[in-house]
Amino acid sequence: MSADTAVSESRTAGLTARFGNWTVAIIAVTIVVLIIAAATVNNFGTSQNFGFLVLDLLPIALVALPMTLVIVTGEIDLSVASTLGLSSAVMGSLWNSNQPIETIIPICLLLGAVLGAVNGFFVTVLGLPSLAVTIGTLALYRGLAFVVLGDSAVADFPAVYTDWVTGNIAGTPIPNVLLIIVALAVVFGVVLHATPIGRAVFAVGASEQAARFAGVRPGRLKFWLYVVSGLVAGLAGVLWTLRYSSARADNGAGLELAVVAAVLLGGVSIFGGKGALPGVIAGVLLLASLQNALRLSDVSNEALNVVTGVLLIVSVLAPNLANAVRGSVQRRRHRTTNPL
Amino acid sequence: MSIRFSRRLAVPLSTVAVVSLALTACGGGTTKSSTANEATAAPSSTGSAKADPNAPLKEGLKIAYLPKQLNNPYTDVEVGGGKVAVGELKGEYKLVGPNDASASSQVSYINTLIQQQQDVIAVAANDPNAVCPSLNQARKAGIKVVAFDSDASKSCRDVFINQATTQGIGESLVKMASELAGGSGEIAVLSATPNATNQNSWIAVMKTELAKPENAKLKLVKIAYGNDDDQKSFTEAQGLLQSYPNLKVIVSPTTVGIAAASRYVSASAYKGKVAITGLGLPNQMRQYVKDSTVKKFALWNPADIGYLAAYAGAALKSGQITGAEGEKFKAGKLGDYTVGADGEIVLGPPTEFTAANIDQFNF
Repeated sequence: MSADTAVSESRTAGLTARFGNWTVAIIAVTIVVLIIAAATVNNFGTSQNFGFLVLDLLPIALVALPMTLVIVTGEIDLSVASTLGLSSAVMGSLWNSNQPIETIIPICLLLGAVLGAVNGFFVTVLGLPSLAVTIGTLALYRGLAFVVLGDSAVADFPAVYTDWVTGNIAGTPIPNVLLIIVALAVVFGVVLHATPIGRAVFAVGASEQAARFAGVRPGRLKFWLYVVSGLVAGLAGVLWTLRYSSARADNGAGLELAVVAAVLLGGVSIFGGKGALPGVIAGVLLLASLQNALRLSDVSNEALNVVTGVLLIVSVLAPNLANAVRGSVQRRRHRTTNPL
Repeated sequence: MSIRFSRRLAVPLSTVAVVSLALTACGGGTTKSSTANEATAAPSSTGSAKADPNAPLKEGLKIAYLPKQLNNPYTDVEVGGGKVAVGELKGEYKLVGPNDASASSQVSYINTLIQQQQDVIAVAANDPNAVCPSLNQARKAGIKVVAFDSDASKSCRDVFINQATTQGIGESLVKMASELAGGSGEIAVLSATPNATNQNSWIAVMKTELAKPENAKLKLVKIAYGNDDDQKSFTEAQGLLQSYPNLKVIVSPTTVGIAAASRYVSASAYKGKVAITGLGLPNQMRQYVKDSTVKKFALWNPADIGYLAAYAGAALKSGQITGAEGEKFKAGKLGDYTVGADGEIVLGPPTEFTAANIDQFNF
């Protein structure tokens, strides 16, 4: 064995140890899919298509970041798409009432945080199951969005802002919004994998009881995770509105399922305690680029849905299968090395 | 378990609030009224080029249809007409579209069509503004944009195929309603989605027509929205009849709505008492006309819209027209057309369908 392979093997082993097998696998699959798509699908690899791809995955990528932390603690937030919609509706309504956009955007972010705090209150203070609470607020926030903006659409947002969201960094093919995605991904990645908060998130997900004995306050942690989840969903609402130059109460409807799908595909356990942010980023990218490539190849929408569904099932099934296989291999090895 | 306002998070949150207040206080913000005068910049593709009415129609054009949503019977007929025309033009026909009638998913499809370097995109916009930036990107890439059925903003398409003038349809809806109500009584409208461009402009004309003295005895009591969903439209029709027992006519200017309302009325005690009219597809409405639930309804031939869109797109791409008022082009079997104000091309007057003529139409 040469020194090189030894090093790369130990490096892979380090990555695997840090993030788990599935994370490494999903990143590898994503890279392979990107290479195959760039080689075989016409126009997939163009810089313009890269821009379209980034814009399409923008809301999913943003909302998936806090969602990862929420799911790792063993909870879920299904109200994110409705928070996005309500943020968009409020943005349109305030714009119509002639408020400056520089005030509207912070208000929408704050609104998102408050909506998240409502979820957090029900889940942590009243101790209700997050699935039930956020299905409730999914309907409630979407309903409020229609109360705020009704069925109308607000369209005339300032070109400076809408152009920035759909535009590129001057002189490069890199979309401006990629900066937001990268910045937030780094923040969430560092928090989850390199700070005491991140360790607390994993500890709570693994065992709330044990975490409490270790000095973590699970309720407080979860509450703030919901606030952050709402805040980011509010931001996604603002960006969505500017990207389509259209504030509507039905913006982002159904997005929560795409987000949860991407997070699970990224290797986060729906039961909590396990997961890694790089895997989630890969999951988001994999889903979005598959959709983009299949669409460019004239595959119908129905087939796109089938592909997404199959991928999700595989993502839930594969780690379990892998564990089962590894378990049986280890048992056999155990028998052979310890004949007694 | 207690929640204390964490000091670490309190600082950034309050900073955001203070900064935003400060920005507003300075009065330097960007508001709706401060941007109202900004001109919406349209690409110069139409301005510079000159129309050459004698330019030959190009062959082999890639013409893509992007309807509001796929798997809708009306849409199928529309794009079916388009397919025939693209065949006559010896072009390449393509049909793409979302399964839900949402604006955001249409944008992804427009982006895909740009990548595929189509020559013409024929689009029925779900939201006139949301599709705008990407349509303009398409036009910058040299793609001609023909809106049909439901218009995109004027600044982001080359021409719009108008199925009939808004005025003509609104008038004909009121005329049919008035005939069926015997000149007086309560009527209601069952529309599609509340922000469907075409529905709302027809309803606006209906309201103006109803305000005229000759229609003074007709009273529009309610506009209900069935969202172009069969189940919702059915329930809304049911609700209308329960809330307004004296209702004489339901006018539904959408094929999904009129079929759902007819299905409800034909199997209910209201049959024969309440008339249904509006815009419908002959094949969907045939049984209700035959069982006399529906006396008359109207529609243009949707296949002709798709057909005309292909010819208009080809004329644009070949340089025969640029979308300016007064330009003329030929549209195969439909004959000669002239581009009207704002790049509108009007298909022609709607056809009224009754028990006498419905069997002549198969779409």
